[in-house]
Amino acid sequence: MKQGRRQFLKSGGEISLLALMATAGLLPDVVSSAEEWNQAAFSAKSVDDVVKLLGGSAPQQSDQVILNGPEIAENGAVVPLEISSALPDCDSIAILIEKNPNTLAATFDIPPGTLPDIQTRVKMNETCNVYAVVKSHGKFFYAAKEIKVTLGGCGG
Amino acid sequence: MSLSAHAGRLTIPLTLLCVTWCIVAHGDEAQDARAREEIHKYREMLQEGNPAELSEARGEELWSTPAGPRQATLEQCDLGLGPGKLDGAYARLPRYFPDTKQVQDLDSRLVTCMIELQGRTREQAIRDWHKPSSEMEALVTFVAGKSRGVKIEAANTRSEEQQMSALGEALFFRRSGPLDFSCATCHSHPDRRIRLQEVRDLLLPADARAVLTQWPAYRVSQGQVWSMERRLIDCMRQMRWPEPQYQSEAIIALEAFLQKNADGGVMQAPGIKR
Amino acid sequence: MANAIKVRTKLDGDVALIRLLISHPMETGLRKDAEGQLVPAHFIELLTITYKDRTVLSAQWGPAVSRNPYLAFRFKGAEKGEKIKISWLDNLGESRTDEATIE
Repeated sequence: MKQGRRQFLKSGGEISLLALMATAGLLPDVVSSAEEWNQAAFSAKSVDDVVKLLGGSAPQQSDQVILNGPEIAENGAVVPLEISSALPDCDSIAILIEKNPNTLAATFDIPPGTLPDIQTRVKMNETCNVYAVVKSHGKFFYAAKEIKVTLGGCGG
Repeated sequence: MSLSAHAGRLTIPLTLLCVTWCIVAHGDEAQDARAREEIHKYREMLQEGNPAELSEARGEELWSTPAGPRQATLEQCDLGLGPGKLDGAYARLPRYFPDTKQVQDLDSRLVTCMIELQGRTREQAIRDWHKPSSEMEALVTFVAGKSRGVKIEAANTRSEEQQMSALGEALFFRRSGPLDFSCATCHSHPDRRIRLQEVRDLLLPADARAVLTQWPAYRVSQGQVWSMERRLIDCMRQMRWPEPQYQSEAIIALEAFLQKNADGGVMQAPGIKR
Repeated sequence: MANAIKVRTKLDGDVALIRLLISHPMETGLRKDAEGQLVPAHFIELLTITYKDRTVLSAQWGPAVSRNPYLAFRFKGAEKGEKIKISWLDNLGESRTDEATIE
């Protein structure tokens, strides 16, 4: 996946446009937090690879990670998910979709004071396992659920 | 061998056959019922956070934005209840309009207003109507949203309105196209489905209401809000009929017929669909 | 703002439930348009939500997040009348910041 303009700007000379913009206070808040989009993780093609690139290994299945979603998604373009964690401390939540072209869908950093409970919607290419991976005290735990994606009929 | 002996011989295989059929049939039914339940759950999960709200908000802005050669807003647009009266207007469309002497639906009435109030041409008004984030998409969503909670009151008092719904009914039952389909082929029986999609019996008031009260709807498949008219045009395409032109008489007639069947339903649009 | 993002807030004690609907195509770059052309990838990569001066959520997204993304989450220590800021940056360098008041 191309990084687009941002990459191009950063690979420029000593003084990049981004740096200039930062000095002038023109960057949106997101970028000034100096977070770098994890391109490698978002290009990985397997659950294991993604977890490795998120800094973990050998995630353990845990009943304390709760992944709620439909059994059947009428359309793979929008699959609603809710992930929550009852583990002590939740640093981050990641959503992985096994058979998507790129396995990692999203990661969420959960700062102290924020509940480990996220609802969002993802695209699924086909019926497969969805994984919610939670990082707690530096260790990785997961819950998995198979979600069936139907082939359209006529649609309402 | 005597008859009774024969009968005795047949009993066991027959019994097995019946039992098997029952298991399979009920197994099928049970699976059907579960699949339907799960899909309903999926639809429920989507109700909160309908992206149609974004289109609705855009439509609200556009409504009050001057446009066209006359640089006028649409605020004086008459959708059947008087200029600028939006609340409940969608629930009473399609209906006859004396100024155009036509039965019009929301899509076509918006165009009339764009032409009459803003001085735009018809071409300009419907330009790119089907493209994502079009003006029509936003305006249709906004106006329909103003009928939330209002009961559908199908216009059926004038002869023009009656003629249109009669025409719509004829079209509903007319078989045509390479598949020899009519709307009725799929939509006139209870409990039909195509793959995992329930296909509603649009002749039954309960089903017609369940459908018509949800359109316009955000269609997840396209990531756009579709008007009822647009959805019907697409049904035609799926039946392998030639697609009716946008805002043509034929498609408005069909809308009028369906709206008549849905009379009394409480509007909930914009809905969200697969 | 109303058509670029919709924010709903709900306060329960000091826990704020935030529900967002963001207008964004979230194109994967793998989809073909009606004319058969590949639509270029265009999706939100970074999302940050702050309350007063505190980050209450930061996320990294890929194109597998659905179009017109929906997000709901909760955080503690919220007060009525205070504001949250929602900022995002996409892969084409487009960005946006919106504010919403906790009601």
